[in-house]
Formats: sequence, C-alpha cells, structure tokens
Amino acid sequence: MLRYLLKRCFFMIPMIFGITLISFVIIHLTPGEPDVMGGEMNPKVTKEVRERIRTLYGLDKPLHIQYYMWVKRFVKLDFGISFSQDRRPVIDKIKERIPVTISINLLSMSLIFLIGIPIGIYCARYKDSILDKGLTAFVFAGYAAPTFWIALLLMIFFGVYLDWLPISGLKSFNYEEFSPIGKVFDLTKHLALPICISAFGGLAGISRYMKNSLLEVLRQEYIVTAYAKGLPESMVLRKHALRNALLPVITILGLSVPGLIGGSVIFESIFSIPGMGQLFYMSVMSRDYPTIMGILVIGAFLTLLGNLIADIMYAVADPRIRIG
Amino acid sequence: MSVKKNIILILCIFLFLSCSQKKDDALFNDPGKPGYGDTIITGSIGEPSNLIPILSSDSASHEVSSYIYNGLVKYDKNLNIIGDLAKSWDISKDNLSITFHLKKDVKWHDGKPFTAHDVMYTYRVIIDPKTPTAYSGDFKLVREAKVIDDYTFRATYSKPFAPALMSWGTSVLPAHLLESSDITASPLTRKPVGTGRYIFKEWIAGDRVLLSANNNYFEGRPYIDRYIMRIIPDSATMFLELKQYGIDMMGLTPLQSVRQTDYPKFKREFNKFKYLSFSYVYLGYNLKHKFFKDKGVRQAISYAINKQEIIDGVLLGQGVESTGPFKPDMWSYNGNVRKYEYNTEKALALLHEAGFKKGSDGILEKDGATFEFIVLVNQGNTVRIQCAELIQKRLSEIGIKVRIRVIEWASFINEFIDKKNFEAVILGWTIPRDPDIFDIWHSSKQGKKELNFISFENKEVDELLVKARHTLNKEERKKYYFRIQEILAEEQPYTFLFIPYANVAVHRRFKGIEPAPAGLMHNFEKWYVPEGQRRHKINAALSP
Repeated sequence: MLRYLLKRCFFMIPMIFGITLISFVIIHLTPGEPDVMGGEMNPKVTKEVRERIRTLYGLDKPLHIQYYMWVKRFVKLDFGISFSQDRRPVIDKIKERIPVTISINLLSMSLIFLIGIPIGIYCARYKDSILDKGLTAFVFAGYAAPTFWIALLLMIFFGVYLDWLPISGLKSFNYEEFSPIGKVFDLTKHLALPICISAFGGLAGISRYMKNSLLEVLRQEYIVTAYAKGLPESMVLRKHALRNALLPVITILGLSVPGLIGGSVIFESIFSIPGMGQLFYMSVMSRDYPTIMGILVIGAFLTLLGNLIADIMYAVADPRIRIG
Repeated sequence: MSVKKNIILILCIFLFLSCSQKKDDALFNDPGKPGYGDTIITGSIGEPSNLIPILSSDSASHEVSSYIYNGLVKYDKNLNIIGDLAKSWDISKDNLSITFHLKKDVKWHDGKPFTAHDVMYTYRVIIDPKTPTAYSGDFKLVREAKVIDDYTFRATYSKPFAPALMSWGTSVLPAHLLESSDITASPLTRKPVGTGRYIFKEWIAGDRVLLSANNNYFEGRPYIDRYIMRIIPDSATMFLELKQYGIDMMGLTPLQSVRQTDYPKFKREFNKFKYLSFSYVYLGYNLKHKFFKDKGVRQAISYAINKQEIIDGVLLGQGVESTGPFKPDMWSYNGNVRKYEYNTEKALALLHEAGFKKGSDGILEKDGATFEFIVLVNQGNTVRIQCAELIQKRLSEIGIKVRIRVIEWASFINEFIDKKNFEAVILGWTIPRDPDIFDIWHSSKQGKKELNFISFENKEVDELLVKARHTLNKEERKKYYFRIQEILAEEQPYTFLFIPYANVAVHRRFKGIEPAPAGLMHNFEKWYVPEGQRRHKINAALSP
C-alpha cells in the first residue's frame, strides 16, 4: 500500500510541471499583453510607457526564460506579484477570495447531497412511479436550464416583486451595525438564492448516481435473501442495500475536491459574489499572467489530490486495487 | 400538521408585512432645505484596482479617487478651468511657465498641512521611470519644476503647451506619506489619504468601497455623509438593485431609460438626468484602401448612411448626430461645417463621378473590381454591431456590398488595427475635455500602437494641430480647431455617426443636481437630502 502511495505521489510532480508548462504557453499565445489592455486606445499611454511597462514585467525576454523565471519562484512557493494595476502579491489575492468560494461550494454541496441522495433512493425504490418521473424531470430541468436565467427570474420574483430577499452581494452595507443574530440573518438572506440555485443545478448528477447504484444493488441475490428471510423492507433498504450503494457515491466526494475552489464566473457576477471565478476571469481578461498561473497551479494540485484521495478510497474499499 | 402549516403561513405574512413599506407619493416632491446627512450608494461594474490615481487607468479607481484627491486646477460645470488646490496662477509673458499660488488652509486627511512640496513630489514620481504610470506624457514636457516657497510652485516648459495648465489637474499626492517608500508597494494604494471632499474609510475586496464626508474640507463639508460604491459586476443585476433601491444612482442604457423605467413606481422614486456624453462613434476607413483613398467615395458613403435612423433605431433616440470630433456644448465645437444628410442620389452621383458603374448583379464596379468591403466591429458592443447592420442595409441599397465581422477586443486591436489589416471599422473615441486631438489626427502618429491607424494625412491639419497645441490664447486656438473641423468634414476620413446621451437615474430624495456640459457629478458636494426624506441613519460609531 505504501509503495503504491509513494509511486502515485511521485508521478504527481512531473504532472504538475507538465500542466504549468502547457498553461504558461497557452496564456502567452493569446493576443494582448498585461496593463496595456484597456489602454490601447488611450492617447495618454505613449509608446515609451508601453515599452517601460513591458521591461518592468520582463515581457521583453524570450518565453522560455520567462517560464524559467516563473518556475524558479514557484519552487519556493512564491507566486509573484500580480500584473494588474494593484500590484499585490498573487497569494494575497487568492487568499482573500478562497474562503468565500469554499464556503459557498461547501454549503451548496451539502445541500446537493442532502437532497440528491433521498431523491435517488426514492426514485430507485419507487422506480417508474409518477413521482419518480416527476422528480427525474425536475432534476434534469435544473441541470439543463441556464443558471443565469433562473437566477435572474428568481431575483426578479423574490427581490423586486416580493421584496423578500436582497438581490446581490454577501452582506448589507450596514452589516457592521447589526446584532450578532441580525448578522446571521442578513448573511442567510443574501446566501439563500445563490446556494439554492447552484444546488439545483447539481442535483441531477448525484441523484442519478444514487438511483442507479441502488438499483444495481437491489438486483443482487443477497437482497433477495434478505427479503426471503422475512426482514421488513425498510430494514433491507437501510442495512443491506444502502450501505453498499453509498460506496461509489462517497468516492464522488473525493472527486469534488478541486471543484471546491473553482467558482463560476457567470454565477458570481450575477450575484456580485467576490469569489475565485471572478478573480480568474478578470485576470484572464487583463492577461495577468502570475495570477492566472497561481490559480491554475492550485487547481491542478487539488485535482491531482482529489484523484489521489479517490484512488485511496477505492483501494481501501477494494483490495484488488491495492495489490495491483 | 395543521399547526406546522399555520406557523409557516404566519411567518410568510410576517415577512411580507415587514418588507413592504408603504410609500408616500408626494414625499420626495418637497425640495426642503440643505442639511447634513444620509448616504448615497452607487454601483460599479468593475472593482477599483489602485487608489493612487496615477497608477491606475480604470474608471472605478478614478471615480473613487476623484472624491479623495484634488488637483491644482479643475473644470467647472461649463468646462472652464478654475482653481482647485491653487488659489490662482500666472502665466509668464513668453507663455513658457505657469506659477501656481496654492491655497493655504488645506490639510491632508491625516491633519498635516498641504504645501508646494507635495506638488513637487507628485511631479517627480510621475516622471520617475520606475513608476508604472500611463500619465507621464504631459509631464515629460516640463523643462523645470520648482518650489518657490511653501505655497508657490512653478513649472516651465521649453515650448508653449496648451494642455499644460489642465495637466496640473492631476491628483496631488501626499509627499510625507509616500516619499520614503516605493509607491507601488505603499499601503496608500488601498488606503488612500488625500485632501478631498471625502475621507477613505473602508474597502471590502470585491464588495464595496466606503467614504465619509470630510468635516474639514477647504470648500466646506459636503452635505451627504457617506458615499458607498458597491461592486456589482453584472449590469442586469445592477438594474434590479436599482429597482429594489439597493443602489441610488446608475447610468442607464437607452433601452432601460426609454422603455424599462417608464412606469409610475419608478418615476415616483427616481429622477432621470440626461447630458451629452464625452464620446462619439464613427465609421473609420482605411485610407490606404484602393477605393477609400478617394475623398468622393467616402463622401458618397456618408450621404448613403442615414444617421438619424441609427440614432432612432439603435439608441432609441438617445443621441445626436455627430459632425466632427467634438460635442456641441464645448467651446471648441464648430457646428458650421459641411453636413451629409441622407441622400442616395447625391451618393450615387459621387460614386459615378469616381468611376463606378452598376454591374449585372446590381453591385457597383470599377475597373472590374466590385465594391465590397468588410466592416470590423468589436465583440460585446451591441450598439456598434447594430450600427453596422443598418449601414450594411443602406449601402446595399446603392450597390455596395458590406460584410460584418465581429472580433474579440484583444485580437481586434493586435491583429487588425495595429497591423492596419482592415478596410473599415466601427469604433468610438472618448472626447477629451481639452480639445487637443493631435494624437488621433497628426500624420506622424501612424506607427504601431499609435492612434492615427486610418493613415490620415493632411498638411494643413498637421500644421493647425501643432499651432493649436502651442497656443495658449483660447480665441486663437478656437480658430485653429474650427478650421480643422471644416477640413475633417470635407475630407470624411471617418463618417462621424453620433454622440450618445448619458442617461443617469438618481433617487428623488437627492436634491440640488444640475446636469451641465461637464456631466452630473461636478457639484456633488452640494447635493443634499432634506430632513424627513433621509433613508440611512448613521450609527454614531461610524460617523467621522
């Protein structure tokens, strides 16, 4: 087992460098350069200014040297200073936004599991009933409908028409003046729509997974045995079927780890949530290479880590993988 | 079960009642008396990047900075230059140096006095090659800058330079806080200290910036206590926030202004203001193109385009026809130039004169080449794309085939504009407050990344531009710009299309707003909310 683990970890290193190399090259291939972006049509930005800024960023050097310089900093875990006009360390910019994205993703993921698993179980148990078909239609509608459209409709309904929920942002502007309970209430009100909508989109995957895996298990002979020995149905479902059916679902958790830091641009823009999606989008639009690379590296690392965790979970569950 | 249902019902009713406040129709009609209080909340699509204004070039940063800092001079509502931190200034007889006499009672937000040394520091840091600023161009022309005493500052140029005076409207930075450190790493980039009307309080990344009124402002404390800029990256969301009173002020698109805000509840709560924006949209020709080289062809196209139709159809009437590079309420504007009303006969006559004949398929031909060209438009700008479609239709009527190509901004600039790899293009310019348009029209500005990308060359315009640039007398300068506009109207290197109106909705409780050629915000410190109409009470802990 240990040898297997070490081997996996070792293979992650060239993988990370491969990913960074490819990302680095692709980003630099896109037309446009940092800082001059948006200043293209500004008469005050003279030619000398452009040249000066290019030298300042080291953009006048050949690409492989730029990559070498980046790697040299990266191995010391230094992501460098952002090319955008605020010139802050990349790591600060990421640190500032990660908590918001992670907490929102955690909340919506819990909601997905809390609602999706029961839906899956119900649909498997009462397969082909009217409610099963209704629920299937519901979760697929959530999967298929564009988030921004649903978000806008609900914002108009709950925000403008009913005036129950705030439209965007995370806190009211006078948040600091509230009592602690008021603060919690204020946050809940702001988060209700974004979390429900993002959960709505994710229900389909998890409930389908649950349903299929439970159906699979219910066909097994030991379930027939359990019924045959006269166990009540709820007992058969809970004790025998569900436990086995949940195993593959749990591995999905491992695969969801990288998704935790990725935010959706459209979604975050619509709700004015200062998360990772927006940061990434902004840095791509302004060709802020260090920030883009920082986010990509963290994303790549988490993806690899997620795969590793999923593999370990499989290995724990299934001895055949451990040996192989 | 029924108990549970009842509880939910009661909760719903409670929520409903607590949220819907009754609105009094006449409440905001009373102009009341000016008084201190209330908060204004605005929205911004982008987040400010850097609150030391010389280091940033985005509009959100500059908007916030404009409340925090002052320049030596500023524009009044009619775009005349008046003193800001400078009490007065003298221009030497040879027009080469400006001596500023500074106001003496000005204090930085941290209580230290403002002096000529701050001006000197600002100048030095802008021209420092290590400072990554986009605004050093105008200041490089200064031959000598000198602090004469604590309240007198002199800048000397080697040649008279007309935009010189206004270039000193740049935000003056506090020397005592910045001098000893690297400006790009200074804490002031996120916690600015200025001399302005508002004091910086708080910036929550990605969420909002909060400023509060400066009690010791040298022109008197502004009436509105707090200014909040919320960052709302999606414009549809911002519009919903406006409707729900989450923000008090927002610039509206033509569609929003004409159709989507035309209902009683909105009118009860908001005033809409309108002024000509500082920009125009044009159809630019590549003057190296075999057909567009000919002035007659360009004039013909200008006759064939129905500008009023574009304004009515695309802008829903929210704009005026443009005849040149300035807007009608500026002193440099010349309205008496050649105009191109919609007239297909004149257009066709000019094209025949240029040697074009109708071919068998109805498309104009000259020397075997059919008259067709591609108009480039940048992606995401619906107004310009729709303009292109209307132009395409009108030109097809006289036998010119137009194709439209929509391209993402970065490649639009890098692959097409910079390489002069285009036939015609629809773009817009910001109209500068000072009429110096040297960079756009002078024949020397045709290099890579320079702005005369259509390759316009006209000896007389070149001379006039240089003369106008080095003349400080306004009347004389005006004559030069009037002549330039006549030539441009005759030459039609662009077909000038329109100047859009800026439409701004402001909540009706704000009084004292005066739209002017300079826009809306020129007298912001005089805006007020009468007592009894105020919405936001301020907690003692937060007031300055």
